[in-house]
Formats: sequence, structure tokens, C-alpha cells
Amino acid sequence: MEKITLTVDHSILTNARKAARKKNRARFMNKMKKNKAAVAGGIIIALYLLIFLIGPLLAPYDPYDVQLEQKLQAPSLEHLMGTDDKGRDIFSRILYGSRLSIGVGFSAVLFGGTIGTILGLIAGYYGKWIDSIISRILDIMLAFPGILLALAIVSALGPSLINVTIAVGFFSIPMFARIVRGSTMEVKKLEYIDAVKTLGANDFTILAKHVFPNILSPIIVQASMRLATAILSAAGLSFLGLGAQPPSPEWGAMLSSGRDFIFTAPYMAMFPGIMISILVLGFNLFGDGLRDALDPRMKN
Amino acid sequence: MTLFILKRLAQIIPVTLGVTLVVFLIMQMIPGDPAIILAGEGASTETVEELRENLGLNKPLYVQYGEYVNDLLHGDMGHSLKNKQPVLEEIATRLPITIELAFYSILITIVLGLIAGIISAIRPYSIIDASFMVVALLGISLPSFWLGILLMYVFSVQLQWLPVAGWDSAKHIILPAITLGAGGAAIVARMTRSSMLDVVNQDYIRTAKAKGLKGYVIIAKHALRNALIPVITVVGLQFGSLLGGTVLVESVFAVNGLGRMIVDAIRTRDIPVVQGGVLVASLIFVVINLAVDIMYRLFNKRIDLN
Repeated sequence: MEKITLTVDHSILTNARKAARKKNRARFMNKMKKNKAAVAGGIIIALYLLIFLIGPLLAPYDPYDVQLEQKLQAPSLEHLMGTDDKGRDIFSRILYGSRLSIGVGFSAVLFGGTIGTILGLIAGYYGKWIDSIISRILDIMLAFPGILLALAIVSALGPSLINVTIAVGFFSIPMFARIVRGSTMEVKKLEYIDAVKTLGANDFTILAKHVFPNILSPIIVQASMRLATAILSAAGLSFLGLGAQPPSPEWGAMLSSGRDFIFTAPYMAMFPGIMISILVLGFNLFGDGLRDALDPRMKN
Repeated sequence: MTLFILKRLAQIIPVTLGVTLVVFLIMQMIPGDPAIILAGEGASTETVEELRENLGLNKPLYVQYGEYVNDLLHGDMGHSLKNKQPVLEEIATRLPITIELAFYSILITIVLGLIAGIISAIRPYSIIDASFMVVALLGISLPSFWLGILLMYVFSVQLQWLPVAGWDSAKHIILPAITLGAGGAAIVARMTRSSMLDVVNQDYIRTAKAKGLKGYVIIAKHALRNALIPVITVVGLQFGSLLGGTVLVESVFAVNGLGRMIVDAIRTRDIPVVQGGVLVASLIFVVINLAVDIMYRLFNKRIDLN
């Protein structure tokens, strides 16, 4: 009798998967490109990231160099954004400060997003009492008006930029956890998860390799939205003197010291404020577009 | 409905307890020995020990928490480490100012937000709509503490119409209330617009038009009523950021409310005052959320929140 051998050409499967991914990516890019506001937001973010990367190289002066004889000079060709009360070049400080202000926002969202995602995956996948406990903890965290929880944490840990990052990240946890929990509950009902289980995959593999990649869209949308809030909150805490400490050129802290000179040198507060506002505007525009393209259900 | 309210009331008990637990744990999060930190640098060993004894820091954590909740139930939030006054008294003098500020701010949020949102929705994709939505987007993106400084610069420094800071007269309220309410107004405007646009495409609006009803009757009687449902939730959520926002706005305009009290207390590491302030603000938030849920239910009988 003729022997039958069954061979599966894996390259066909891999290619099909690649093609599907490519198609999805093309569809996403198409949607994003059509959304003018999202493109504008993307350009703004790209410019800020450029400042983040090469800003300090472009700075004409040392941002910490105190030159009292040059203090409170209005914007000029020599000092594009003027000088502050200690004679430091505001433009150079803004360029250096980008690393702090943008860095804190990203770190906080990364911190809150990671913990929130893990909690959401566990709650959504295991359900039952584990879900109940995690959900109640999230309820309690959501019972605090965001920045107040951050204030409470900073009050205990002490004022510093790192503690502000932890605090702002902490109050982002429930937002991520809730969305991930909901998405995980949906995905775990799908047939392919049963298939993977039957093949003997353990929970970690299922969550990390099969559930997580499928719930990335809402996580990315949430992250882009949270970045705006995180940057605003971190700058706000530094403005209150609870984050970056002098002489740090963090934008919120610069704004705070500029407030005292609003009568004599209003530009001291204007430029850091403009920088924060445009960045947040960029994330809001981009986040809206991303939401419409990736996860239209979140619109309302 | 009564059952729903009772259930919802029962739900806030564990949340409230959780809030007290988190606020209690703030003290435990202090790195190092809280007694030494609370007593301040250079305090003698006796003072530190006395403080440790007074605060019950020698006892097990669960006993400390039990005592803390028991004290709270008796209206005792401890004493300020700086001026030794009861924290509750301090809060009682500061809270009315914050409530007044929050009241006017939410009024601005609702009135400005609704008007802009409705006008935008009536004339979608027009110049008016576009300009309102650009302003709304700016409103969401401007940090309140910067907007406050900008308004202060224009209206107090340049035009000299309004006072720079303080809380003595009606004039003092205008700038802080606008600063605090602007972000919320922007969100409400966007929400009202999209919600109205969703509603005006519904069949019953077409029916109302076909019946020959006048435009404003359709808007006021049919569209707005249904469009307002999601807006109520947004307004409710705004209370939270509003309460948080008071911290920043009160600091910008030197308003002696609850928010500024908390910030000043953090600066001087007056932990009992921070705990009391954060606790009261959060409990207010919990109650407001409850009220919003109930209102949502009243407005939208189709939704079963049970």
C-alpha cells in the first residue's frame, strides 16, 4: 500500500500571516494619512522628539550658567527667548528641559502602562476572585481625583522628578488595567485561545504570546492619550515645586519661576508654557486620530 | 430605582474604606522612620519617641489603621504638625472657598461647553464650528496653571481690570473660575457636539422635522434631551479633574482653599494635613460620582445599571 505523508508547508502560513499584517498596516496608515489633524499631531510629536534627541546639541549656551549681569533680558537675536532672573539663556534651558519634560511623561506612561497591562491581563484572563480583588483595588484608585493621588504619593516620597514620575505613572495604572481587562475578557473567549490551550501552552505563553499581541491597539490608543495627561500632570507638579528642583530646566518648574516675574519679564513664563501646550496639543490630535484608526469603539 | 440607589450606596462603603486605607498608607510610604521625619531635623530623641508614642507608630499596622478609622468616625483627623491645630478645623475654614471656586468653575464648564457644543452641532463643518472646535482643542491642551498666568497677564497686568490674586471680592473669583472651568468647557463642548450630531441623524428627529416642527423646538425638545445623556457623565467626570485642578489654580491665584492647603502642607511635610485634605477631596469625589450615576440613570431609563 502506498504510504501517505502529510506535510504542511509552513512558509505558506508564515507568508499569509505576513501579508495579513502588511494589509492591516497599510489600512491603518491609510486611515491615519486621511486624518489631517492626526498628521499635524504626528508632525508636532516628531519635532519634539527631534528636540528631545538633539536639542542639547543645538543649545547656544550652558543652561545652568548664571550670568547675573545679563538677567531678565527680553528676547533678542542673541537670546532668542530672553534670559531669566539669573541671566540664564531661556532658549538653551528649554532645549535641555525637553529631555526632562518629555522623558517624565514617557517614563510615567511606561510605568503605569506596564503595571496596568499586567494587572488587566491577570484580572481579565483568570476572572473570578482574582478579578474581583484587582477590580476593587482599581475602583479605589479611581476614587481619587488623579493629581491628588499623585500629590499624596509625592508628599510621602518627597519632592523630586523621579517621585513625580512614579506618582503620575501610578495614577495611570487603573486606566490601562480597565481597558486591558475588558479586551482580555473578549479575546480569551476566541477559539484560537482554546486551540492553543489544547496544544498544551501554559498561561504565561497564552497571555504573552497570544492575548497581549491582540489587545495592543487599545493599549496604544490609551498610551497616546495618557501621554498628554502625564506630561501636563508632571509639569503641574513641578510647577507646584514638588517635582524638578531648581536649577533644573524642567518646563513646569521654569514656568513656576516665571510667574514671579510676570510684571517685569512675562516671556519667562510664556515660552515654557507654549512648549508644554503645543506638545500636549500634538498628543491630543495624534491620540484622537489613533483612536479613530485603531479602536473606533472608544470614540464615546 | 430605590433599589439601585441602595445598591450604589452599599458599593461606596468598601470604596470609602479603601480610600481611607490608601490615605493611611501614605504615612507608611515615607522612606525611613516616619517619627524622625515628622519630628523634623534636629529633634531630640525624646521628642521623636514622644511623637512615636502619640501617633501610635509602635503598634502593629492593622491596629494603627483601626485607630485611624475610629478617629475619623469621631471627626478626628489629627493635628497639624506645624501649628498644632486640629486638621478638621483647618479643612472647615478652607473647604468653603474651594467649593465656591468649584461651583463657579463647573457653571462655566456647563454653560460655555453646552452653548459652544450646540452651536457647533447646529452648523457642523461651518467656520463657526471649526473655530469653536479649535478653541476647544486649545482649551484641552493648555495647562491650567499656564492659562491662569496668561489671563492674569492680560486682565490684571495689562488691562488692570481684575485683581492679580486673592479671594476678597466677586472680582477675585472671575479669573480662577475661568481658568479652572476652561478645560472642562472644552471637553463638554466636544462631547455635546458629537453627541448632538449622533442624535440629529436618528429617525425620530427626521420624524419631528417631517411633522413640520420648528428647528429650535426639535433641538430643545428632542435632540438636546437625548444628546445630554453622555454629556452628564462627562460633566460628572470633570468634577474629579476640577477638584484636582483646584490644587494648581489656587496656587496660581494665591487662593487659600483646600488645594493650596494640601500643597503648602506637602512643602512643610505636614503629613496629617495632607492626609486630611486628600481624604476629604476624595470623599467628595466619591459622593459626586454617586450623584452622577444616579442622575445618569434618571435621564436614561433605557440603561439598566444593575
